[in-house]
Amino acid sequence: MTRVAVLKGGRSLERQVSLRSGARVEDALERLGHDVVSIDVGPDLVDRLEDTRPDVAFVALHGRDGEDGTVQELLELVGVPYTGSRPGACIRCMDKVLAKHAMRDAGIPTPDFYAFNQTAFEELGAARALPAIEARLRFPIVVKPAGQGSALGVQFARTAEDVPAALVSAFSYDTKVMLERHVAGRELAVSVLDGLAGPEALPVVEAIPRDEDFYDFEARYEIGRTSFVCPADLPGGLGERSQELALSVHRILGCRSFSRVDLMLEERTDALYVLEANAIPGLTETSLLPQAAEAAGIGFDALVARVLELAVERRTAV
Amino acid sequence: MTIDEPPRGEHGDDDLRHAGPARSTTRDLERYAGLFATRTHGLKSSVMRDLMAVTQQSDIISLAGGLPDTSTFPAESFSSLMSHVGAESSARALQYGPTEGLDELKDCIVEVMAAEGMRAEPDDILVTTGGQQVIDLVCRTLLDPGDVVVAEAPTYPGALPSFVAYQADVVQIEMDDAGVRVDLLEQTLDRLATEGRRPKFIYTVPSFSNPAGVTLSLERRRRLVRIARERELLVLEDNPYGLLRYEGDPLPTLYALDGGEYVIYLGTFSKILSPGLRLGWTAAPRPVLEKLNVGKQGADLCSAPLSQLFVCRYFGEMDWKAYLRTLTDLYRRRRDTMLDALAEHFPREATWTHPEGGLFIWATLPEYIDTTDLLARALREHVAFVPGRAAYLDGRGGASMRLNFSGVGDDDIREGVRRIGKVVSEQLGLYSTLTGAATPEPRPASARPPRAASPGDDASGAEILPLRLRRTGER
Repeated sequence: MTRVAVLKGGRSLERQVSLRSGARVEDALERLGHDVVSIDVGPDLVDRLEDTRPDVAFVALHGRDGEDGTVQELLELVGVPYTGSRPGACIRCMDKVLAKHAMRDAGIPTPDFYAFNQTAFEELGAARALPAIEARLRFPIVVKPAGQGSALGVQFARTAEDVPAALVSAFSYDTKVMLERHVAGRELAVSVLDGLAGPEALPVVEAIPRDEDFYDFEARYEIGRTSFVCPADLPGGLGERSQELALSVHRILGCRSFSRVDLMLEERTDALYVLEANAIPGLTETSLLPQAAEAAGIGFDALVARVLELAVERRTAV
Repeated sequence: MTIDEPPRGEHGDDDLRHAGPARSTTRDLERYAGLFATRTHGLKSSVMRDLMAVTQQSDIISLAGGLPDTSTFPAESFSSLMSHVGAESSARALQYGPTEGLDELKDCIVEVMAAEGMRAEPDDILVTTGGQQVIDLVCRTLLDPGDVVVAEAPTYPGALPSFVAYQADVVQIEMDDAGVRVDLLEQTLDRLATEGRRPKFIYTVPSFSNPAGVTLSLERRRRLVRIARERELLVLEDNPYGLLRYEGDPLPTLYALDGGEYVIYLGTFSKILSPGLRLGWTAAPRPVLEKLNVGKQGADLCSAPLSQLFVCRYFGEMDWKAYLRTLTDLYRRRRDTMLDALAEHFPREATWTHPEGGLFIWATLPEYIDTTDLLARALREHVAFVPGRAAYLDGRGGASMRLNFSGVGDDDIREGVRRIGKVVSEQLGLYSTLTGAATPEPRPASARPPRAASPGDDASGAEILPLRLRRTGER
């Protein structure tokens, strides 16, 4: 029997989502016969890890601390093997701006963007550049905090008048924000799962919001608010192309075990654009990775078992 | 070390817990989603609820709660009252009670109502499990799907899930610093009448409203009662805070003005004694009361006799009005602390209400600040409030916030308001930078007139909340 510490909760704004991911993982681990230690991540994390001495940690955290490499760094320090990506990849995924630069440099299509931190506006007069940015990106423009998951703080600016308030809102979540060209079209997600033969792209999931005009935080985690189609019904070759892009992004960002890559299929052009990658995809009832895994014939328990196995293999490999 | 293989052998098909198809995410989804009632579709989880979950952590100064300070109730009194209940009424305390409540508790309720100038008979009263149950029972008894409920704007956030769960069409009427705009209410009722729709009831917190902190003027109270009579509409008067008055003269309740014909009165022990007891009550016209009673039978048969006996004992042995004075003295001081802190730390673009009682202040920022997003920023400073949108079903309230002053001490109030003021100022400064407007000057010492309603506002809403700005110096 393996003792598995499930790290969940924490103080990120995605705490509730993480608690739901964590609870499902714990259930699965128990069904798999493991000794589960549940840890709501707080100031006593290192003590808890040292007291409980788990064989492996399942990181079911989302957002700040859990998904940005902080907790992973601590786990490396304490010497507990853990699921998912190492700190470097976590940092690259959590910071959408870093991720987009890496993608752009590698020739992965991603919507045009401009990123600024708060001091650029406060001290360098970046506001003067806004009209030029607006002219290049054209409205509507998506304004996002660089480091927040789950679409928290994502704003749509439909006119130039909307931009300042959208920036102020986005800066509520992070000191760095970006303005991104809006790609009108279908929302796709490709999950990547490592296997014996290397990373494998799972079937494409399409998220179709029922009422809202975009797939927002609320629609994302509420049963019945969004329809999911998996595998997505895509015109010739686009499904495979999405999967190839996702695999490339997984490699470029250095992800391990699993990741989820979010894309847009532009309605007008049928072009695919990668928006971002998530180092710790959600594992809730409404999350996309579990749905994709299931479509590939991998049930939730098997998914959890695989991810755990990869964590342990990695340790033996180190 | 190796990870064990999934022990499939141990959890074979003969294991009932795992019988049936393999665990399936999609099945999980559909299995539950397919069973939910249509009326739950309007019950959304929200960004705000997830943010609010973070506000409960111990190192956060939360001005988001609505909690009375129960630490003021002497522990030795509590334990002595409880042991008397145990020694003398053990069997009754442990037994079911009548649905309408214990007779001796109703006598206490009559006394509390009399303290606010209401004459009620014990037979007019139904004891409930907190005041919140009254809202649920009234909805359960009166509402068919699509029925109109008229509420205030902003309204008590905790009432909205009840309205939504019973599939009400909620129409919210603007308030100003004299409470709900009764003239707008009449206009709305006329408009609804032309559509052939008659609201089932009007929901109001007339005294020290939650969340706005304003009080319905006497003139408007009279007019509201008259409207209810003329149009034969019921009014649900939610009055948890009426006895928590810190200044000014008491006003008659709608129930007192109406004589109990069209007003369903909601009272509670939560704010004058303890919310942990979960005891409230309603006084309503008899036919309504009978239906509410039937509704309560289905909901929970009766409210806890243990709690009821505790309250009876408390009223018998202690001076409840003296404890009330302790609370009002404490909360008055905290309110003043918060008003002073707001004057000191909030930028001049902000306005806020000056509650004469109750637990809440409602502050409003320029419309380009979104207080839901602001909460995310405030949480990084370890301080929390309730974003204004929680008090509306229609997306309004985005620039407002509810601040509670009863549940935390003076130091935390000052520090919490200082931190919120800091992030608000930061965002206003950033907005000015982004729009090229002049950076706001430091707060002037003298009071400023309130921000005028922006030209885009609905004309009828020119005087709506944000309410008239009053500074501590103007009291």
